[in-house]
Amino acid sequence: MTVNVLMPALSPTMEQGKLAKWLKNEGDAVKAGDVIAEIETDKATMEVEAVDEGVLARILVPGGTENVAVNTPIAVIAEEGEEVADTADHAPVDRVGEEDKAQKQAEAAPPVPGQTAPQDEPGEANKAATKAAVEAATPAPKATSVAKEPSATVAPEVPEGTTMVSMTMREALRDAMAEEMRRDPNVFVMGEEVAEYQGAYKITQGLLQEFGARRVVDTPITEYGFAGVAVGAAFAGLRPILEFMTFNFSMQAIDHIVNSAAKTRYMSGGQINCPIVFRGPNGAAARVAAQHSQDYSAWYSQVPGLIVISPSNASDAKGLLKAAIRNDNPVVFLENEILYGKTSEVPALEDFVLPIGKARIARPGKDVTLVSFSIGMTYALQAAEQLAKEGIDAEVIDLRTLRPMDTATIIESVKKTGRCVAIEEGWPQCGISAEIAMRVQQEAFDYLDAPVLRVTGKDTPMPYAANLEKLALPSVADVITAAKAVLYRS
Amino acid sequence: MVEESGVASASASTIPPFSREQELTAFRDMLLIRRFEEKAGQLYGMGVIGGFCHLYIGQEAVVVGVKMAARDGDQFTTSYRDHGHMLASGMEPRRVMAELAGKRGGYSKGKGGSMHMFSREANFYGGHGIVGAPAPIGAGVAFANAYRGDGRVSLTFFGEGAANQGQVYEAFNMASLWKLPVVFIVENNRYAMGTEISRASAQIDLSKRGAAFGIPGKQIDGMDVRIVKATADEAIEWCRAGKGPYLIEAQTYRYRGHSMSDPAKYRSKEEVQKMREEHDPIEQVRARLIADGMSEDELKKIDANARKIVAEAADFATADKEPDPSELWTDVLA
Ligand SMILES: Cc1ncc(C[n+]2csc(CCOP(=O)(O)OP(=O)(O)O)c2C)c(N)n1
Ligand SMILES: [Mg+2]
Repeated sequence: MTVNVLMPALSPTMEQGKLAKWLKNEGDAVKAGDVIAEIETDKATMEVEAVDEGVLARILVPGGTENVAVNTPIAVIAEEGEEVADTADHAPVDRVGEEDKAQKQAEAAPPVPGQTAPQDEPGEANKAATKAAVEAATPAPKATSVAKEPSATVAPEVPEGTTMVSMTMREALRDAMAEEMRRDPNVFVMGEEVAEYQGAYKITQGLLQEFGARRVVDTPITEYGFAGVAVGAAFAGLRPILEFMTFNFSMQAIDHIVNSAAKTRYMSGGQINCPIVFRGPNGAAARVAAQHSQDYSAWYSQVPGLIVISPSNASDAKGLLKAAIRNDNPVVFLENEILYGKTSEVPALEDFVLPIGKARIARPGKDVTLVSFSIGMTYALQAAEQLAKEGIDAEVIDLRTLRPMDTATIIESVKKTGRCVAIEEGWPQCGISAEIAMRVQQEAFDYLDAPVLRVTGKDTPMPYAANLEKLALPSVADVITAAKAVLYRS
Repeated sequence: MVEESGVASASASTIPPFSREQELTAFRDMLLIRRFEEKAGQLYGMGVIGGFCHLYIGQEAVVVGVKMAARDGDQFTTSYRDHGHMLASGMEPRRVMAELAGKRGGYSKGKGGSMHMFSREANFYGGHGIVGAPAPIGAGVAFANAYRGDGRVSLTFFGEGAANQGQVYEAFNMASLWKLPVVFIVENNRYAMGTEISRASAQIDLSKRGAAFGIPGKQIDGMDVRIVKATADEAIEWCRAGKGPYLIEAQTYRYRGHSMSDPAKYRSKEEVQKMREEHDPIEQVRARLIADGMSEDELKKIDANARKIVAEAADFATADKEPDPSELWTDVLA
């Protein structure tokens, strides 16, 4: 019997990889556990082991091939002495749960180009206006290569003619930390696997090599303890960037985030600041189930004394992480694992810092306002594109900062459209979208032509099964349905 | 005593021998776990299993040795590297595999997955995705045992990385204060993801970690199932006699990466190879059985049987249906 060796999936979010090289040749005998090939993903180089014994009868995908989809047959292992017919069935097996990933991939398409809102200062964000925000208003333009059309998604926060470079959110976050560490010797990074392992999700790649072990600190698995240690260091004048391997584990540390970091400035009558960034991936990844899929946007957004940021693309991630590191308050910076590998345009400026507390109009429109943030933006933008085909012109707002929330931008949009749908992956009760609905009804009640609707994650723990997980998460279809409902169209 | 390899050693004369029957039980149970995990790794690569999947390959002697010392009714609690513990608890391979595949025939109806699985019937209390969580939960199961006075012992497993979580020491203190019948088994496989123990722990003799709370501790070679069994016998007897908790540090090794996506660049191939060749828990038993006159053929039959059980489990898991969509909303509240 012949066995197909398939391109393996090596992480919950892997869709394809490079078959770097073969370590065995056709005709070689292999036994279970032998390393037969090496593959590369955007995160790491991995070994492919033989799972059975036999002979490596045929190599179907040569070494060096890029973009090999998960589950493509890459070789055939036959029993010793067995002939491998040319007609051997090399068809890939059906991948359970693949639809789920395909959907996520489709929905994670790059944002639709559009213009951003006028740059007037929103009321509430104003209150928290920081040095970073002021600095961000006048970034020093410094193009590093041939000028291209500026990406509309970030203009006009970026001077016209600025060179844009494509990078993943992973690279943007890493660059933001590296730049701030070069700029300020008090900035350091701490967390599980951030140094020698280069980050569990490779966000801190290269930082240990550049800054050394004094400033890139691996911790034991003791979230409560090291969050407290970092808060103490911040009280004493350092500026820690604390990585939670995922925000699920910040629950171990939440007492220090809320009781120590958020409240001390107030409790000390303004004497003691806590300039710290708590960052890491938040929310659902893919199939990692209830204890590893929680969205903490609403949890941390409830706390006075915290700033909460949750970007949807590489450019915002970079500009806002730099602002967060410079900010004198504790900042909870919520990233998303599925967005880490997504590429978008980032301005090639020497010092690109964005204002905290300022939403971005990702797509201008006049018929209905869709408000979201982080991965929710992928649903919102996809939906807007499909709605456009049906003659519905949706305006899409990316909150970017959840606390302080840029109410003014939302209200201004709703005054224009008269209809609003808020979208998030988190749970509905007391969610971000509940807060948006409340603010809209309070400040734009007379402009509303329909009740505000919301699209959220379902009110259950995250199930593991592929079909249930898909049902538990919001979808583009849910957003379209809600948008049509507020327009009384079907 | 700790050798250079990091595995505690005991001189041959002090190792309590196994009967032929015990050797066979250990061989069969460890091999079933190994074959099951190999298949799980394969199904992960094919996308039948998703999310995180942590294999127990290399560590089989720990749970099997403890199981051999346990009595019916004693409970097992562990973290996310849990497939071996489930099989040792007597849970059905096909239903464990179906859970790994997210199918309705799984122990949690497909809703929990690899890291979150439970069986009240088998006295298996999880399957926890949060590092450190098993320690107080296992102590709590022991609290219920003491409360009822039913003589059961809670067998609580966690990794050496988990041993740095604060809640572990809160649990140690309460367990000792209230004389709870719980055996804490630290599975020291030397790595917590990419962190070697000495990079994360100020005191690497983990058997001493209970000393401040008056908990007796023993550091043992967890690759030798006979030593694990003998130590677990002592520990369980201590607990059943009402003397309170007991701590075992079982020095072991995981052959595979932390999870499927771990490139394992933090250790050398030679280190892994040396462990496999010189300390493999299953090979040790096989060698003793052969030396005792058992034929290769008989052992091959046992292996073939394990493979058959596992293949059947994989077929079941692959063919089984996903949960009914209505299951999204069930089991949220009682
Ligand atoms: C509270 C918490 N922090 C971090 C993690 C991520 N994580 C999962 S396993 C692991 C390493 C645990 O190592 P160890 O306790 O030695 O167990 P092993 O994996 O070696 O069995 C980490 C850091 C987690 N699941 N829970
Ligand atoms: Mg470990």
